[in-house]
Amino acid sequence: MSSSFFIPDPEGQVPNSAGYFGEFGGKFIPEALVAAVDEVAVEYDKAKVDPAFSAELNDLMVNYTGRPSALTEVPRFAEHAGGARVFLKREDLNHTGSHKINNVLGQALLTRRMGKTRVIAETGAGQHGVATATACALFGLECTIYMGEIDTERQALNVARMRMLGAEVVSVKSGSRTLKDAINEAFRDWVANVDRTHYLFGTVAGPHPFPAMVRDFHRVIGVEARRQILERAGRLPDAVAACVGGGSNAIGLFHAFIPDAGVRLVGFEPAGHGIETGEHAATLSAGEPGILHGSRSYVLQDEEGQITEPYSISAGLDYPGIGPEHAYLKDTGRGEYRAVTDDQAMQALRLLSRTEGIIPAIESAHALAGALDLGKELGKDGLLVINLSGRGDKDMDTAARYFGLYDGKAEGAK
Amino acid sequence: MSGHTGNTELLGQVLAKAKSEDRAALIAYLPAGFPTVDGAIAAVKSVIAGGADVVEVGLPHSDPVLDGPVIQTADDIALKGGVKIADVMRTVREAYEATGAPILVMTYWNPIDRYGIARFTAELAEAGGAGCILPDLPVQEAGMWREHAAKHGLATVFVVAPSSKDARLAEITAAGSGFVYAASLMGVTGTRVSVGAEAQELVRRTRATTELPVCVGLGVSNAVQAKEVAAFADGVIVGSAFVKRMLDAPDEAAGLEAVRELAGELAQGVRRV
Repeated sequence: MSSSFFIPDPEGQVPNSAGYFGEFGGKFIPEALVAAVDEVAVEYDKAKVDPAFSAELNDLMVNYTGRPSALTEVPRFAEHAGGARVFLKREDLNHTGSHKINNVLGQALLTRRMGKTRVIAETGAGQHGVATATACALFGLECTIYMGEIDTERQALNVARMRMLGAEVVSVKSGSRTLKDAINEAFRDWVANVDRTHYLFGTVAGPHPFPAMVRDFHRVIGVEARRQILERAGRLPDAVAACVGGGSNAIGLFHAFIPDAGVRLVGFEPAGHGIETGEHAATLSAGEPGILHGSRSYVLQDEEGQITEPYSISAGLDYPGIGPEHAYLKDTGRGEYRAVTDDQAMQALRLLSRTEGIIPAIESAHALAGALDLGKELGKDGLLVINLSGRGDKDMDTAARYFGLYDGKAEGAK
Repeated sequence: MSGHTGNTELLGQVLAKAKSEDRAALIAYLPAGFPTVDGAIAAVKSVIAGGADVVEVGLPHSDPVLDGPVIQTADDIALKGGVKIADVMRTVREAYEATGAPILVMTYWNPIDRYGIARFTAELAEAGGAGCILPDLPVQEAGMWREHAAKHGLATVFVVAPSSKDARLAEITAAGSGFVYAASLMGVTGTRVSVGAEAQELVRRTRATTELPVCVGLGVSNAVQAKEVAAFADGVIVGSAFVKRMLDAPDEAAGLEAVRELAGELAQGVRRV
């Protein structure tokens, strides 16, 4: 077939050869991992230009993932967004239920090319863990997933899915017992088992080449959305919007639109209980430059460089770091980043469910909540594309408790 | 600012003296602020009294990705106790002034990046520190740090690993000073049953690239292992085993006695007799 779904950045201006997006990025890793991370970089550079690699990944993206994903207009939801036209990029319809599969299939092929037989990964909401466990089942790779203890509780369904797929799920009990600590534990595993193990990193953070490589595997989201919106609306959107935790679904949507100066790139971070309460994970809104998990970016930290514990109702956004390319987009002014509270996100989750029959993940609901305000700012002539990065099945327990659905108060009066 | 000069030369002299005595040096690691700031200062003095030649003072970090459960636990206790960089500096100063031994700081990069390289190096030199070990700051990212450290007479000790290729070993050792920290195995800190032949091979390959002393750490916990490593290395680095003695002790006084005793046993081990 002619159309390609693996579309690495054709410009290739950032990052530079040292992995820097402006002042952000780099490779802050222990010596024991240098050889392995360099191997990933070398192998990815080869794979990127290998037609056999592209062909195999394209085939998987079409026949396994189900790409291209739909672009759905949501007029009843848009009535609440100032009447702007709103389209959702339906990454929730991918196999495994989120955008995460795009990156996972690419890195799983890379794992096989490197001759490694074991894969480890971190997961917050469990979406990356499920996608990784899925790819490992598909390719016959041994799989261990690290997940914070709090997240194994609030995303129990995904823990069961990973185990069903044959993965070992390790509940991490250190630190804040969320995504950050799962990554710490995965790094510890990698240092000890690097000979046969690939760390299938799940977001556009980490040491070079992960931020650029993971972005490349997700670029398809924006490339498709750009083509689809031109066909459907006859013009480019005024803004594209996505939720931002580590930033993978957002960079995937944004990247193809970066050269389109008239298209605003808007990321919505988790404000938790409100930035002013200190209980949030709004890294770009409230953080400072620092180093976490292998690269320089914005991080939530105190004045002595200790990482502060993040909070969000959304396990997938509950992270005190952010991919370095988002830090670069923020500082250059090309990207805009705003924060959305737990309550705003939960209201948007219910609103989309009831106006369009689509239950979004709590992560994606942050983008929907933000888009309600963005749409009002743009007015009736506005045109918006929002990345619906994942579906909400995994969040039904959290949502049921939040809205009181278990005790019969089905209106969700809260 | 007037230049206090750090004790990188003292570190060189102490390591050279051990060599002249036909033994390996004993290098101990203890985190600042654990179990308390004063308790940690007393612990550093105890291990030196017991026979440690050099001490690495840990600056605890919230996300110690290269540490196993023992040091993670100690870091947690120290951070919950509110340890600050000023406390780390006081630990270095009081230990150095009381003992005259070279004291290094070992930490992750973000605390120093955040605190400011110029400020950190100036304060560490002023406190009498001998240098730093920064295991997640690779040579390629270390340019600015090395400039400031050199200006203040502080050693920059880089870590090499069994996975380091020969060309990279040469690059690392050319950039380092004080000594080279050879990680005995691929893994995080913690005690191990044995320290394998991997360590000896890494020391051999490292020596081929540098005149700097090569000291071996990770996994060494008792006198028998110390003796094994001392047979081929210039120094033996022990961390988790000391911290574990402190954690297991019923009270602080017993902990101080336990680490002094362990230092004594290890000091016998490194004497190769």
